[in-house]
Amino acid sequence: MSEANLTLGGHGTGISESPPFAIPTKKLAMWLFIIADAMTFAAMLIAYGFLRNATPNWPTPFQFSPSIVNVMVMTFILVSSSLTMLIAVRAAKAGDKRRAFTWILFTALGGAIFALLHIHEWVGMIEEGARLFQNPWGTGLFGAAFFSVTGLHLLHVTCGVVALVVVGLRYERGRYNADDIEITGLYWHFVDIVWMFVVPLVYLLSIAR
Amino acid sequence: MSAGEQHRGGLGTDIAVYLCLLGMSGLQIILAYAGTEGRQLFVRLLVVALVQAVIAVLFFMHLREERRSFVWFVAVFTLFVLAALTYGWTDSFRIINGVPFAH
Repeated sequence: MSEANLTLGGHGTGISESPPFAIPTKKLAMWLFIIADAMTFAAMLIAYGFLRNATPNWPTPFQFSPSIVNVMVMTFILVSSSLTMLIAVRAAKAGDKRRAFTWILFTALGGAIFALLHIHEWVGMIEEGARLFQNPWGTGLFGAAFFSVTGLHLLHVTCGVVALVVVGLRYERGRYNADDIEITGLYWHFVDIVWMFVVPLVYLLSIAR
Repeated sequence: MSAGEQHRGGLGTDIAVYLCLLGMSGLQIILAYAGTEGRQLFVRLLVVALVQAVIAVLFFMHLREERRSFVWFVAVFTLFVLAALTYGWTDSFRIINGVPFAH
């Protein structure tokens, strides 16, 4: 250990030390967060599957219209917002700040519309009598499972919209760079991927026949 | 990848993947109303969702452009924990049918 390190209390880390997996540390941190969050959603969905399997009178309340149509629109909006995020990342990598910021705002708008449609669907179900521990269709566990799983996803979407706006503004003002846009995009794509599991497992397996 | 470097594949690739994901979402709707129910429907929907997830992770999240060691890290760690969680879910069949060691 050098005298300089002893004086400064350093740990002797070399300045040429490469980051793990040759990706920026903050990008690795986002990937680790995504893996951990994926486990949270997996646990929620598996617990939901457990409840569903073990409960004979599980409700199937989702009519094609308005529920499944609403879900289709929400899926289209969320997947489209992932595309707009990709365009924003490309523009940021190319150094076009204005274009990147515009497409980030489009992505945030898509997320906001998704959240509003989701709340609209919740209100519809609550008006039909669905509550956390009771509903007019079957076992009371349905409400707790449905609102927990979709509520957790809605929370992630909402936080994602806030993050997009904040990161977009800071990028536009020069505080953040294109890497930060890409890292925020990773989180947004993860939210989209989770929805691809929520739709079939929560909605499509419980359609009204 | 630094701030100035672009990802592999152009916007055309992104749009193609986007249309593919939308198409698979549509396929899930068709499968749901095709008449199959129960376990068969669940397996079909889950397979489509897994394919969508893999495509989105590889192309949208650009995992295919990262180092192979990192891809292995993400895949092996995630799959191991998912398998462990799934063990708990399949235990629900044991509870429905009664404790197996009682007979």
